[in-house]
Amino acid sequence: MAKKLNMRKRYELLTRGLGWEPTYQAKEKVFSNESYEGIKITDWSKWEDPFRLTADAYWKYQAEKDKKLYAVMDSFAQNNAHLNLSDGSYVNALKLFIQGVSPLEYQAHRGFARLARQFSGEGAQIACQMQSIDELRHAQTQIHTISHYNKHFNGMHDPFHMHDRVWYLSVPKSYFDDAKSAGPFEFITSVSFAFEYVLTNLLFVPFMSGAAFNGDMATVTFGFSAQSDESRHMTLGLEIIKFLVEQHEDNLPIIQGWIDKHFWRAYRVLGLVSMMQDYMLPESPMSWKEAWDIYFVENSGALFNDLARYGLRMPKHHEVATAEAEHLSHQVWGIFYNYIHAAAFNIGLPTEAKMNWLSEKYPNTFDKYYRPRIEMWREMEAQGKRFFNMGLPQLCQVCQIPMGFTEVSKNDPMQIAYRVSEFNGEKFHTCSDGCKDIFDHEPEKYVHAWLPVHQIFQGNCGGAEIPDILNWYHFKPEDGGDYKGSADEARWKAMKGEASPATSQSNAAA
Amino acid sequence: MSEGKVFLIFQDTAEARPFINALEQENPKASFDYQPGMVRIEAMGELGMTREVVCEQAGRDVDLQELHLTLISLSGNIEEDDDYFRVVRH
Repeated sequence: MAKKLNMRKRYELLTRGLGWEPTYQAKEKVFSNESYEGIKITDWSKWEDPFRLTADAYWKYQAEKDKKLYAVMDSFAQNNAHLNLSDGSYVNALKLFIQGVSPLEYQAHRGFARLARQFSGEGAQIACQMQSIDELRHAQTQIHTISHYNKHFNGMHDPFHMHDRVWYLSVPKSYFDDAKSAGPFEFITSVSFAFEYVLTNLLFVPFMSGAAFNGDMATVTFGFSAQSDESRHMTLGLEIIKFLVEQHEDNLPIIQGWIDKHFWRAYRVLGLVSMMQDYMLPESPMSWKEAWDIYFVENSGALFNDLARYGLRMPKHHEVATAEAEHLSHQVWGIFYNYIHAAAFNIGLPTEAKMNWLSEKYPNTFDKYYRPRIEMWREMEAQGKRFFNMGLPQLCQVCQIPMGFTEVSKNDPMQIAYRVSEFNGEKFHTCSDGCKDIFDHEPEKYVHAWLPVHQIFQGNCGGAEIPDILNWYHFKPEDGGDYKGSADEARWKAMKGEASPATSQSNAAA
Repeated sequence: MSEGKVFLIFQDTAEARPFINALEQENPKASFDYQPGMVRIEAMGELGMTREVVCEQAGRDVDLQELHLTLISLSGNIEEDDDYFRVVRH
């Protein structure tokens, strides 16, 4: 009987030698995207796959993951398990997820499909094919899971339409558009390395652990099911960086520049996650700052120590992001408190217990800078003067977030940071040195940014009044605003058999 | 090998138990941090398991690649073959 081959041999036989040399077209024409970024590949056969996962094993394990996930989703729906949530307000985190993150999964699917076609090395083609299929699976399983919540709560009815139009969703969308409109090597450095390897733990791990903490087992299951693919993707990110830098010395400065740029782009997108973690989860297992310390400071510190022998260093402005970790969620939440009437989810002032948790987790900043503002807003609400910002904010030309971040790294955390660049006689505004560097490096690209506020003023977003614009977003009037007094709150209370404030009043009157 | 940290994160489920137990047995210096739904296993420099111990823990024949079903995240460089799986810092 023939002896079973070992993993390495089996893997080589099943994944190598699948390509061929084209004969009736020049290779550069067949793989036309491979050279224009200036990246030099001398030998694709040096590509090392992170996991030795062959196609047959891949399909077997992915099928098993899906089977398990759909079993959980079925029983979740059968048992009306949404009633076990810690609180109805928790669902707002899911709304932000389906509007902001799931469409990115779909974009990643498309991006990796392009890479699988455009890379000429078979090892990289197969890895990108698998990832393309994974990302489509993530988008689908997220839509399936969250569709159960869509039966009971607002704001989840048209996430892909919203993603292409809404002011706060242009933040994640523009980051992915930026990566997708770049060449294939920049795309993979951006998505696989800067986002997935360096930062994705900050999105999925605390968020899914938070879902578990708040009784949302369906989301835990899709999240961890997606994340099990993610460990493969992250490792792909690391391998591609090592491979590119080893291929040619000219690649190093290009790759470092992309790491600097996309670290900052992806970090700005995660500002939304910081708010979900610290303010939107009724029960938070871990603060943004704690997650940043573990998954960025400690983990990426060790990663870049490993990469130092390839000549790579930590991304530029990483120390700014670390200094901002004690401010980020409070500032992002503050922006949404101003504009929640124009969003398709609800937030509200933190409870006293939440405020105390924030004081404990943010001893240097919360009581000093952010608690007084929240207390003032609470007092205004009590007087019937809930503050909504009815103007439209100035947006950063690069990250597209309203200009609300402050000069934390310059020890002036009460001063909003403004940067300005000139290009072709026009002024362009950015929110930070990180975004300004990105703009200044490729102004031709960012002058084309589709900025939601500018588009509204130009009359391209359904009309001049807020209701016209919200209608153009496919928002329903009851989708936004404060959670307190919202349609979702009333529905949650009715489902839980609790009297809503209106009912108890009428009872009292009777 | 440098002294940088490596970690593996698994779902906290019965299915992942043989892998978690094997890591516990084979990496006496590793720390185990249980959070809702997951466990994060951390060590300096290296963290690994062998198939023999995983099979013993599971009470059946296990293909180490089954860890793809319950692995949530990792940090470090992967070294794997039929008989072992580990993450290391270089």
